[in-house]
Amino acid sequence: MSNNLRFKSSKFIDETYRVSFKFNNKTYFGFKGDTLASALLANGIHLIGRSFKYHRPRGIMTSGSEEPNAIIQLHDNSTRSEPNVRATEVEIYEGLVATSQNCWPSVNFDVGGINNLLSPILPAGFYYKTFMWPESFWKKYEYFIRKSAGLGKSPKVADPDIYEHNYIHCDVLVIGAGVSGIIAAKMAAKNGLKTLLVDEKSYLGGSSIYDNSEFSKINNQITSSWLEKEINEISKLENLEIKTRTSVAAFHAYNFLLARENLTDHLPINQRENKVRQRLLKIRAKKVITATGSIERPLIFDNNDRPGIFLSSAIKKYIDFYGVACGENNVLFTNNDTAYETAMSLIQRGIKINAIIDNREQIDSKISYEVEKNNIKIYKGYTVVDTYGYRRIKKISIMKLSKDGQTVIGDKIKLNCDCLGLSGGWTPAVHLFTQSGGKLKFREEDQVFIPDVYPSDQISIGSCNGDFSLEEIVKNTLFSVKKFLNTENSEYKTIEIISGLNLSKRNIWLLPSDKPIGKTKSFVDYQNDATSKDIKLALREGFRSIEHVKRYTTTGMGTDQGKLGNMHALGIISETAGTKMGEHGTTTFRPPYTPLTFGTIVGRNVGEFFDIFRRTPIHDWHVANNAQFENVGQWKRAWYYPRNNENMHQAVQRESKAARETAGILDASTLGKIDIQGTDASEFLNRVYTNAWSKLAVGKCRYGLMLNEDGMVYDDGVTTRLDENHYIMTTTTGGAANVLGKLEDYLQTEWPELDVYLSSVTDHYATISVCGPDSKKIVSKVIPDLDLSDEKFPHMSFKNAKIDNIKCRVMRISFTGELSYEINIQANYGKSVWEKCIEAGKDFDITPYGTETMHLLRAEKGFIIVGQDTDATMTPIDLQMDWIVSKKKFDFIGKRSLYRSDTIRENRKQLVGLLTENPDDILEEGAQIVADIKKKPVEMLGHVTSSYYSPNLKKSIALGVVKGGKNMLGQKLIIPMENKNINVTVADPVFLDKEGKRLNAKL
Amino acid sequence: MFLINCPFCGQREQSEFKAGGEAHIVRPKQPTELSDDEWAEYLFMRKNIKGVQFERWNHVHGCRKWFNMVRDTSNDQIKAVYKIGEKPPVK
Repeated sequence: MSNNLRFKSSKFIDETYRVSFKFNNKTYFGFKGDTLASALLANGIHLIGRSFKYHRPRGIMTSGSEEPNAIIQLHDNSTRSEPNVRATEVEIYEGLVATSQNCWPSVNFDVGGINNLLSPILPAGFYYKTFMWPESFWKKYEYFIRKSAGLGKSPKVADPDIYEHNYIHCDVLVIGAGVSGIIAAKMAAKNGLKTLLVDEKSYLGGSSIYDNSEFSKINNQITSSWLEKEINEISKLENLEIKTRTSVAAFHAYNFLLARENLTDHLPINQRENKVRQRLLKIRAKKVITATGSIERPLIFDNNDRPGIFLSSAIKKYIDFYGVACGENNVLFTNNDTAYETAMSLIQRGIKINAIIDNREQIDSKISYEVEKNNIKIYKGYTVVDTYGYRRIKKISIMKLSKDGQTVIGDKIKLNCDCLGLSGGWTPAVHLFTQSGGKLKFREEDQVFIPDVYPSDQISIGSCNGDFSLEEIVKNTLFSVKKFLNTENSEYKTIEIISGLNLSKRNIWLLPSDKPIGKTKSFVDYQNDATSKDIKLALREGFRSIEHVKRYTTTGMGTDQGKLGNMHALGIISETAGTKMGEHGTTTFRPPYTPLTFGTIVGRNVGEFFDIFRRTPIHDWHVANNAQFENVGQWKRAWYYPRNNENMHQAVQRESKAARETAGILDASTLGKIDIQGTDASEFLNRVYTNAWSKLAVGKCRYGLMLNEDGMVYDDGVTTRLDENHYIMTTTTGGAANVLGKLEDYLQTEWPELDVYLSSVTDHYATISVCGPDSKKIVSKVIPDLDLSDEKFPHMSFKNAKIDNIKCRVMRISFTGELSYEINIQANYGKSVWEKCIEAGKDFDITPYGTETMHLLRAEKGFIIVGQDTDATMTPIDLQMDWIVSKKKFDFIGKRSLYRSDTIRENRKQLVGLLTENPDDILEEGAQIVADIKKKPVEMLGHVTSSYYSPNLKKSIALGVVKGGKNMLGQKLIIPMENKNINVTVADPVFLDKEGKRLNAKL
Repeated sequence: MFLINCPFCGQREQSEFKAGGEAHIVRPKQPTELSDDEWAEYLFMRKNIKGVQFERWNHVHGCRKWFNMVRDTSNDQIKAVYKIGEKPPVK
């Protein structure tokens, strides 16, 4: 490759430091300071990838984060493989490996390129129109659509890198370290404000840092020299923190911003080990100054996408900053003065400019005269109508524009070139401003959207605020920052600016062509291959809203979010529809500004830290005894304890038998516990539960059902009266936090007159439930001083006791229907008391059981589980629990709703027991229940909510909800399954010991 | 993420709070006296307006206190916060 593409003179490139890298399996060299894009261009590589839909050859267009085309796969086939990386943002390092995307077998010869020839039959909405019929073919279509969708390849293994999150609080955040950002940061910091300055690039100064032009000066110094001194000065300021390689991804309400700080991506691979790769900064700033600059617009004409076509500002950056020439025979195409700055940079290095094509008839600025003086041919009032060259541009054809700019006239002129620079003016980067909720206004003179209404304490300055000449930028920045920070401007008392540019522009959104529009491919969104033709088609088909046109044509929906072409899409829409630009508004800019990797978003919350989980004080014992765990809310609960290769069913059957025949032990520590105190505690319980509480004696326990105000069951549990004005309430494991929130709500907002205090004590106690015929003998061994006789300690009562001098509460309550005791003890003693119970129970074959056995045992008794047998549509009446609803109480939460017209309907779904005809058929939970399978459509009566094989009853049992089920006892119903229909009989939901003899161990 | 000025704790991040719907809907003192329609009005009907709205919030991961907020739903500006039982300080 020719080496004369690299021009010495850039101080940003270290030519003594050579870096080798691989692109598409070939090794190249660049220098420290290069991006992958500049290094490839220096090696003469322009063809980078293939486009999304038509697989057209594409090259590098820009020099920054707005790049739509040059997106590559980094580290293909390694654990760090990353798709859709912008070559213009990758700083090269030793060992970099990159490959082209969206091409097979290679970027030079891509089979998918046939799509380009098929393009007449692949218009906007092609997928929506084509793959709709026949309906049954969708599954076949889907395979191919998925295969062709997407650009890069997602990594196959876990991300090996470390990421973290940091919180930053500051007085002033300045986003963007261009000339206006530098001035603002200095003014803020010098005035004693804690200031943070961030920029996405690796260096400070924005595009002005390589602006060496004689035509724009500050205080009679070349802009770049002036700025360098400023940067040097601010880097010493104490209350100014500067972060480079830091891209603000999101600007949320209340000045809350997210930024990604890139720490290692520019380092050689071997220097990255054990370092944090990227940080997500969560910034809360009192004031925000947005100085994000602007993005140059391309021009929209036929075949405007070939490799070798650049933004003119990119050509300037490649030569001025990287010392790389994008071409050896350049043509610039412009509608404003910007391209002349690029021309001067090329002229100074003796790089050939074949011609400048300018849309404008009249050009009147110092810089354009200077260019003309250098004998550069300027075609005034001309436009490019076509380009030629497959893998790189070779030639263009130009024609004269008509007066109104709507057509082309005269003869076609052909010009040779290997590089074409486009300049369509500038679009302020208002993305972050609008993300924050800011409203834009449209400025007719130069056709730009600029910030209008600020939603929080923030301002936009510089070219993102619509100031495009150096003079405007500096003067307006000084004025608005001074006002915004309410400070005296002591820093920049006198400042003199010289600007050689004239801001005139001839804006034509879609340039005319000598061909009919149907024969052109004028790309508006390069990444998604959306053309002006597609946009016009969408309008013809009736789409009017910009949001609809965007989705139909996919304009602006690529990884670059249409940073280049969105304005043109809006312009073409309003020109075609005959409306005013400002009326359409813009599409919504959504975070992130540039793509973030998932690693940055999750930070350290990976693996076991992804979601917190709660362990009971007895957790370690469960682990040591081979418990399998189930997640209940955030809790890890012992599910079952398999012995000797038992499967779940076998373990549960064994555990269930033992609990009814000898003794079982359950860790119930996860149940929610709320301590309730106050003189109105009884009245409070009366109002929140459906049953009566005033008469509950001290030392007694009662089961309660809690409803929502709509009458639907919300939670249940046993509450114990510990003392006159002191209760302890238990809630379901998953409902604990919500119940507390709901109780606090009523207490604070509806009944503030009640003297009641609530506190959550779930974590304070370990709860050990010992059940079964032998449980009394076991508990008496653990707590010998406690009188466990039925007379002294009957069912549904509680006693204070001591184990080894440690206070505990013992409740005689039962969720299994067996005689059972629940020991509550300070959490840190939980494990030792559990072990004591196991030891004491050895002679009685005490069997630890998990949640699955608990569920089976309670189902045998027909006890409900809120959330399994109920959803938010079940009243206590639906559950056949009328007995727990007090008729005497004046009011309780949900009472009025129990006789709304809908809740008293006879055919509501009601809870019933279900017995299968074949006792070995176990129903599937969630299965539908029907009565008549022949009458179509089959009426769904309800579904199975709980189902088990009961080892104690030696048959399958189930609970379910059935329409009008209460009056269907004995009726035959059908559960239709995939392979067979299972016949069931509606039964009483209490399958075992209806009289409750077992509660007193009277078998 | 909002910054919310809890009337009891001061300024905290929104993640510590939970929204609780429209404020100043008083639970009827005698629900049994109400017709189905009147009860439904209390139970289900909420405004959800675009503009200035009175809301209930709970500092659920803080002091656990409920309080009221005046918020403009069109731009998320919080106009005021005040304790339960107090009159709204703005219209």
